[in-house]
Amino acid sequence: MFRNQYDTDVTTWSPQGRLFQVEYAMEAVKQGSACVGLRSRTHAVLAAANKAASELSSHQRKVFRVAEHAGVALAGLTADGRVLSRFLRSECINHSFVYESPLPVSRLALRLADKAQVCTQRSWKRPYGVGLLVAGLDETGAHLYYNCPSGNYFEYQAFAIGSRSQAAKTFLERRFEKYNDYTPEQLVKDALSAIKETLQGEKLTSSNCTVAIVGRKDDGTMEPFETIDAKRIQEIIDSMEAAEEAPAEPSAMQQEEEGTDAAAPMDI
Amino acid sequence: MASDTGASYGSTLRYKSVERIKAVGKHSLIGASGEFSDFQEILRYLDELTLSDHMWDDGNSLGPKEIHSYLTRVMYNRRNKFDPLWNSLVLGGVKKGPKGEEKYLGMVSMIGTHFEENHIATGFGNHLAIPILRAEWREDMTFEEAVKLVEKCLLVLLYRDRSSINKFQIAKITTEGATIYPPYSLKTYWGFSHFENPAQGAVGSW
Repeated sequence: MFRNQYDTDVTTWSPQGRLFQVEYAMEAVKQGSACVGLRSRTHAVLAAANKAASELSSHQRKVFRVAEHAGVALAGLTADGRVLSRFLRSECINHSFVYESPLPVSRLALRLADKAQVCTQRSWKRPYGVGLLVAGLDETGAHLYYNCPSGNYFEYQAFAIGSRSQAAKTFLERRFEKYNDYTPEQLVKDALSAIKETLQGEKLTSSNCTVAIVGRKDDGTMEPFETIDAKRIQEIIDSMEAAEEAPAEPSAMQQEEEGTDAAAPMDI
Repeated sequence: MASDTGASYGSTLRYKSVERIKAVGKHSLIGASGEFSDFQEILRYLDELTLSDHMWDDGNSLGPKEIHSYLTRVMYNRRNKFDPLWNSLVLGGVKKGPKGEEKYLGMVSMIGTHFEENHIATGFGNHLAIPILRAEWREDMTFEEAVKLVEKCLLVLLYRDRSSINKFQIAKITTEGATIYPPYSLKTYWGFSHFENPAQGAVGSW
């Protein structure tokens, strides 16, 4: 994208009908570190690649619990993301107060999108520089939405945002058709694998990723939105790597199965 | 749910064909005692609520619990402004939840007191009907048994509550939807010997 004479104000259209400031805001999302989200009929998983400003500092928090039934993962200007998370939390609380029931995820995503749209139509505001993956559970099942700075939002089976997210998206595109029937464990494994694709060579450990899950078990009880703890993540990563090393040849080609059920062929 | 179809104006029995139980959305029934015009206002609020919920068209719908909570907020807020909606509301409904069919029955008073119970009554019903319901209600009643029990309560109220009339409506809500049955009357008996010559032997009479 190059600078041009229509990109100074968010309220200036270009002759081709583009709002460049909004598009530049969407570029900010691409600079943030990667996040992926995926869902089945009953569960939704969010995962984020942790990036620390330096070795001395803690990493940026990218996954936020919004309510018992919903959470977000964000990429871009994390300060904007924090403010929007606070807004989402307050919307959920206000709804629960009046109706004593959780705000349906589609309605939550819409309120967020409307808030983002306002910033694209006021000369004294700037668009939010953060993209959010909103994952949650309501009476119609598990949902995943992507809200971008333009005020647009779509529902997804699986999606990835942030830097090097194309690698994750390619991975997800090959597998998403089966996700509706995946178990929560399978979803978490695929989320980790997708994050791994964005790390591009760097080793995936529990310290450079965060995973959260929300869903409803088969018996009807709800599993509230919760970050999976680091120890458990490391166990899952280790089991994934063990399964990958065992059948050495089909690891890249046969990505159809989850890759965990192949027993180690010790007797070859 | 059952009610009579009368609305008084002070001590005058002014309107005799008033429907005091209405369906709300797909899953609930609301019944009210008290000031009828305030009930009509509440129905308008609920209309707005259910309409905007319906327009979402996203598979989610307001169940009885949500409507009960909403009405509680409305009633309580009005009471805090010293401008109450002068009603006792009964909210009943059935909705399929993740753990199966969930039945709901609750009430909200004009000052915002609200609770959920297996049997609810308003006004004189609290004194005359609730004792009967507590003694004879069971979890596994059929619809016909429930109607009989409710009619027993309605009869007592008819005899003893001066502002009641002999014209009742029963309403039912299931997962299939709401049914409000047409009005009908109960048979009453007034031939007790004590009712003959009631003034005989009274002080000052001859």
